[in-house]
Amino acid sequence: MTNSNELTNILVVGIGGQGVMTASEILAMAAIEMDLDVKKTEVAGMAQRGGVVASHVRFGKKVLSPAIPKGEADIIIGFEPAESMRWATHLKKEGVAMVNTLRITPPVVNVGLFEYPEDPIGEMRKMGVKTYDFNAGEIAKELGEMRLVNTIMMGGVSEYLPFDGELLKSIIVEKFRQKKPELADLNDRAFEAGRKAAALSAQNAA
Amino acid sequence: MNAIVKAHAQSKHLLSGNEAIARGVWEAGVKVATAYPGTPSTEILENLALYPDINAQWSVNEKVSLEVAIGACVVGSRAFCAMKHVGVNVASDALMSQTLAGVNGGLVLAVADDVGLSSSQNEQDTRFWGRFAHLPILEPCDSQEAYEMAIRAFDLSEKFGVPIIIRLTTRVCHVKSLVTVGERLDYEHKGFLDNPSKWVMVPTNAKELLKEQGVRDKVLKAYTNETDLNWIDEGSDKRLGFVTSGPAYLHVKGTFPDAPVFKMGFSYPVPIEAIRAFGETVDKLIVVEETEPLVETELLAAGVAVHGKDILPRTGELSPAIIENPIKAFLGEEVEALDESSLPVFPRPPTMCVACPHLSPYYCLSKLHKKVRIAGDIGCYTLGAGHPWKALDTTTCMGASISMALGMTLGCSEEDKKKPVVAVIGDSTFLHMGMQPLLDVIYNRGNVTVLLLDNRATGMTGGQENAGTGFDINGNEAPRVDFAKIVEAIGVNPDRIRPVDPYEMPTMFKIIKEEISKDEPSVIITNQPCVLTDRFKKNPPLKVIDGCTGCTNCLSTGCPAIIVTHRETEVRKSGKEIEKAFVTIETAACTGCNLCVSTCGPDVIKPLTPRDFLD
Repeated sequence: MTNSNELTNILVVGIGGQGVMTASEILAMAAIEMDLDVKKTEVAGMAQRGGVVASHVRFGKKVLSPAIPKGEADIIIGFEPAESMRWATHLKKEGVAMVNTLRITPPVVNVGLFEYPEDPIGEMRKMGVKTYDFNAGEIAKELGEMRLVNTIMMGGVSEYLPFDGELLKSIIVEKFRQKKPELADLNDRAFEAGRKAAALSAQNAA
Repeated sequence: MNAIVKAHAQSKHLLSGNEAIARGVWEAGVKVATAYPGTPSTEILENLALYPDINAQWSVNEKVSLEVAIGACVVGSRAFCAMKHVGVNVASDALMSQTLAGVNGGLVLAVADDVGLSSSQNEQDTRFWGRFAHLPILEPCDSQEAYEMAIRAFDLSEKFGVPIIIRLTTRVCHVKSLVTVGERLDYEHKGFLDNPSKWVMVPTNAKELLKEQGVRDKVLKAYTNETDLNWIDEGSDKRLGFVTSGPAYLHVKGTFPDAPVFKMGFSYPVPIEAIRAFGETVDKLIVVEETEPLVETELLAAGVAVHGKDILPRTGELSPAIIENPIKAFLGEEVEALDESSLPVFPRPPTMCVACPHLSPYYCLSKLHKKVRIAGDIGCYTLGAGHPWKALDTTTCMGASISMALGMTLGCSEEDKKKPVVAVIGDSTFLHMGMQPLLDVIYNRGNVTVLLLDNRATGMTGGQENAGTGFDINGNEAPRVDFAKIVEAIGVNPDRIRPVDPYEMPTMFKIIKEEISKDEPSVIITNQPCVLTDRFKKNPPLKVIDGCTGCTNCLSTGCPAIIVTHRETEVRKSGKEIEKAFVTIETAACTGCNLCVSTCGPDVIKPLTPRDFLD
């Protein structure tokens, strides 16, 4: 019987509409390419309504329960800083977080009921999470397409996965080559820009 | 076309439980498949509609959808119906009688329980329908089983002459895992079974059918103890034997890998004798089931000593972490306290979208709430109960806004007599179960102001088509109901039927105020589409030019595109403190609906010009 310690556990978190589920789908496809068993699940009640989305991807020889237990995530891919902070305690001790620093404040914060945390990245580092951070929103804007955030985040995390990150890139680029060939090269560039941004933030991460 | 539709036999795919059910239903040779959307079941019919050789349809409600499927079954085809747990409450009138009549072609329902209430008004355990309606329940634990059971259910339905429920939970519906698929069966149509004494449910026939049902119950009780859908995983640690079904099986296997497990795939009728025999091979038995102690109660009643909800939670989802400690403690093992640590982060509840056409009516209702009672309904507009609107007093079930509003006017206290009652209901919910309540208001000479928020979509479940949108499940044009004509035909005075563009907020406000003052029923009908559908057309985004006074009026619209840049506290001469919040508008999110413009005191919200983009 396999226990969960032999699995790779990746938690992708953010807000409905940010592409969280697409990102976890790509990770699951990578697992299939490696001929592994995989499960992907969301805790997303009303995902399209600006609520929290956390997508769990688990792969290995045999996956049983689909949700990643607290304290067992290897990696968090955070599409938003406060959401990354919310899930930080789901990471295992030596876990890694790859965080998009672009903040999305919900109406409950705007009307003054709650405060947005002052420094989510700092809080995560304080608790010992190896946190890489960069503004994927800004990079996407420079590349002229906000929907690239997803690919940029995938590029960012590509060097920190327990498998060759090139596999992720080939899945993304190939997907676009088949469905929207005009966007294949742009996604390739976005992936590389994310990889570079993560490397640049490495000195702050430790 | 979706890749899975073209998938070859023996190929392997990453499928959600819902996609897997759809594939299985199609492979079983089903001809007619129906549903009303409901989380977490919606994607089953959406996926079935992708297959070319099946009649898939959205019905107006679950009762109608089941009856359409029953009709198809009676004339000899295999028929299927999907719904969420509360949908069975609506469909139960048809269900309870048809299980007595039985089937001709196989009839299978997939019912998805929202265990843990991610998007529902209650948590109810569908397995109880097995006992109540005398029908078998199948429970898959993952996508592969969901796919296989969908096919098997049709064989069993025809073998035993009974409708079958496949009971799913969110953790099956929305989990993707690998499935090896097969190919579509060339089903031999059974033809109409000409037998009025079976299909005409009058007392004389039903009395005879009751006897047959009694015989069938005995056959099913024997079958459940023999079927390969129930099996035992051997284990070396005999201190505790587990009895479990659905995703709970996976949690047990991962947490207690050496324990013997009795896995129920055919969970109703409960395989009591097989479990009794299993119990003799272990020291103690424990039932791990979501959510209610159904199997446990039946076993105890049959004299099988088991534990279950005396140790484990009775509500919500189970998980390895939730079952591990209580069971280890029960075994006398030491347990580590659960890690309860967390970093403090604000909640991020679901909210209405940027430019949602429901924002304006809720802005108006929030301003009027002190003067009116507001009965809500099931849909995106239930979010109006939350911040910043807080403009709902009740929400119970589909269509209940209008009928409960009538009851409120009839049953209110003397001092509330002057308080008008407003019912808020969406287009799809009105067609599902709102028309009859309106007729009840008219017939009984009641007075309710109905806000019919027609956004041309079944919004909360993802924007599905309905009889009011003009399109069918396949996206083909379909007859579109005329809401104004319907409510007029029901008997609403034509002068009291008020169409309004919700983005014209001052007009909206004026109309609501007018109609709540009338002494007869009114129906105010909005006419702007859901922003998540392609019927919604964007305008140039807006910006805040110099001069924001921090009055916070625009924030009371609840539009998520309005962002606070800074706050100030102003002390008036009187000593009163005023909290101010200065805003900006998120250009990338704004669609220029103009709602905030009509709330802005200093009139400093303006459309972006081409010049702004150059900057």
